[in-house]
Amino acid sequence: MALLDIRNVSKNFGAIRALSEVSFALEPGEVVGLMGDNGAGKSTMVKLIAGNFPPSEGEIAVGGEVCHFHKPIEARGKGIEVVYQDLAIADNLTAAENVFLGREIKKGVWPFRVLDKQAMIERSAALFQELKSETRPRDLVKKMSGGQRQAVAIARTRLSQAKLVLMDEPTAAISVRQVAEVLELIRRLKSQGVTVMLISHRMPDVFAVSDRIIVLRRGAKVADKHTSETSPEEITGLITGAIRAA
Amino acid sequence: MPPEPAKASIETDHAAITDVVENREQTLLDKLFASQAFWVTIALAILYVGMALYEPNAFGTVENLANMTRNFAPFGIMAIGMTVVIITGGIDLSIGSIMGLVAIVAGLFLTWEYPWYIAFGAGLAAGLICGAVSGFFVAYVGMSSFVVTLGMMAIARSLAIVFSGNQMLYKFGPDAPIVKAIGQWRWPLHTPDSWLPHWLPQLSSHFWTMIIFALVAGFAFNFTAWGRHLFAIGGNEQAARLTGVPVDRIKFFAYVFSAFTASIASLLILGYSGSAINALGQSYELRVIAATVIGGANLMGGAGTAFGAVVGSALLEVIRNALLMAGIDSNWQGAFVGAFIILAVLLGMQSGGKSLIAATIERILPRKHR
Repeated sequence: MALLDIRNVSKNFGAIRALSEVSFALEPGEVVGLMGDNGAGKSTMVKLIAGNFPPSEGEIAVGGEVCHFHKPIEARGKGIEVVYQDLAIADNLTAAENVFLGREIKKGVWPFRVLDKQAMIERSAALFQELKSETRPRDLVKKMSGGQRQAVAIARTRLSQAKLVLMDEPTAAISVRQVAEVLELIRRLKSQGVTVMLISHRMPDVFAVSDRIIVLRRGAKVADKHTSETSPEEITGLITGAIRAA
Repeated sequence: MPPEPAKASIETDHAAITDVVENREQTLLDKLFASQAFWVTIALAILYVGMALYEPNAFGTVENLANMTRNFAPFGIMAIGMTVVIITGGIDLSIGSIMGLVAIVAGLFLTWEYPWYIAFGAGLAAGLICGAVSGFFVAYVGMSSFVVTLGMMAIARSLAIVFSGNQMLYKFGPDAPIVKAIGQWRWPLHTPDSWLPHWLPQLSSHFWTMIIFALVAGFAFNFTAWGRHLFAIGGNEQAARLTGVPVDRIKFFAYVFSAFTASIASLLILGYSGSAINALGQSYELRVIAATVIGGANLMGGAGTAFGAVVGSALLEVIRNALLMAGIDSNWQGAFVGAFIILAVLLGMQSGGKSLIAATIERILPRKHR
């Protein structure tokens, strides 16, 4: 059974049709690249899956069960986590504090219900270790590299045992060495049976980690191919419209 | 005392990040040196000791110390409330006016011969309503805190003047002695048969209230999820929202809390002076903001401590009092206080996670093998 099943989903914003009748399915442990030009509907798709708003038509099924998300927290409850482009990280907090932001571990009874800092630091250290990232739980995020920041954002998804992680342009604004680090993090997620949907403009990164590539153009799905059966040239053609569909 | 790299156990086939970049985990001492409140405390101590030696019979007396602690306590209390608002990235300009309104409402009820707790309750309620209105518009409507609280500043002051009929209220009915006792209470007392040494100041109820506020706020900032969320909102509000932090609710209560501290400060002053005037608290908001900033709060949000708020208020009062005792024309106060605000923020400016002073010390005394 598919982990996520998108069935004939359309989304209208007033007169603008951002997505029209898109269908695809994601299997457990798959890394799928979602590609498309600006305005192709990538971010609308991500927001639909993440639960920011419901589709105008069609339905989204998680684990075979049709869901109607109105808030991100509902999607999160179903094991869907998003790593946002700006990572949703507070610079003035430490790595551990960011990982646990909004779901802090507490101990004691009210009004002396306090943060269990030690538990959170230990748990995030374990998560970073699991991701083989050299990120220290007590360091301020302000002083971290792009790759380490990604690790913080990804560790957050591991905390909730997410089944599907959507990553919005994770390699857009970081250095070459850090890109390698992030791609490695994605492979780690995959090896732990997590499904990753990678939304990116960067062709080499998508080809490096994806099992399958889905291309959107002007709100419609124009391709859904295994990475081994396609080439960067073909995908480029599909994105720009030089190749109509595949 | 080099801190052990946390990930020493991970086998890596390349240089560890700590070898490449100069990025160690901060030691407690590093954190202390990087904290503005720490340097302000030192400045405060130097200023106090220096002045006490220079003017032992005026400035350095235990009576003057008791006076100063009483004078700055209301500012300290409000600075703690202001710190909460400033950490979220907002500002509250209305606290001075709220003080005026609270004093007048409580004063009116006392004049009408209600018991003191009804009067104080009514004053407190008036203050909290002001805070709730500001908080609603900032948190739920999404207006700028500067504009909303500027508006509230005008509204609360105007209401205070209207309610008071522009009169000073001082005929407080049967509960007047209780009100006065609350405002003028001191501990420990210097009774003739007291075993207490005479250098110990008789600290006012204002001071002790401030201490309680500071302890509770300091605890909440450091050990509760609420405190953590406060800082997260100041650091990246959008991130806090996306991770499920109840941003709107926390911001709303920040303004309510700020108004609460202003109300408490107002009632203490009302009790101390035994009268209520509608001009109470005029321009206090600026002194409170100055104290908060001197204590290390960042107007951009995301930084601030309860201790810093108290120390900042104390520093302003010591400067004010020292100038007074040294016989300097009181019109100079503004210049000195203003210079200190700029100086304190300059000294606390972060360069690479270190304060300016810490960075300078580092340059003079490089410690390569820490």
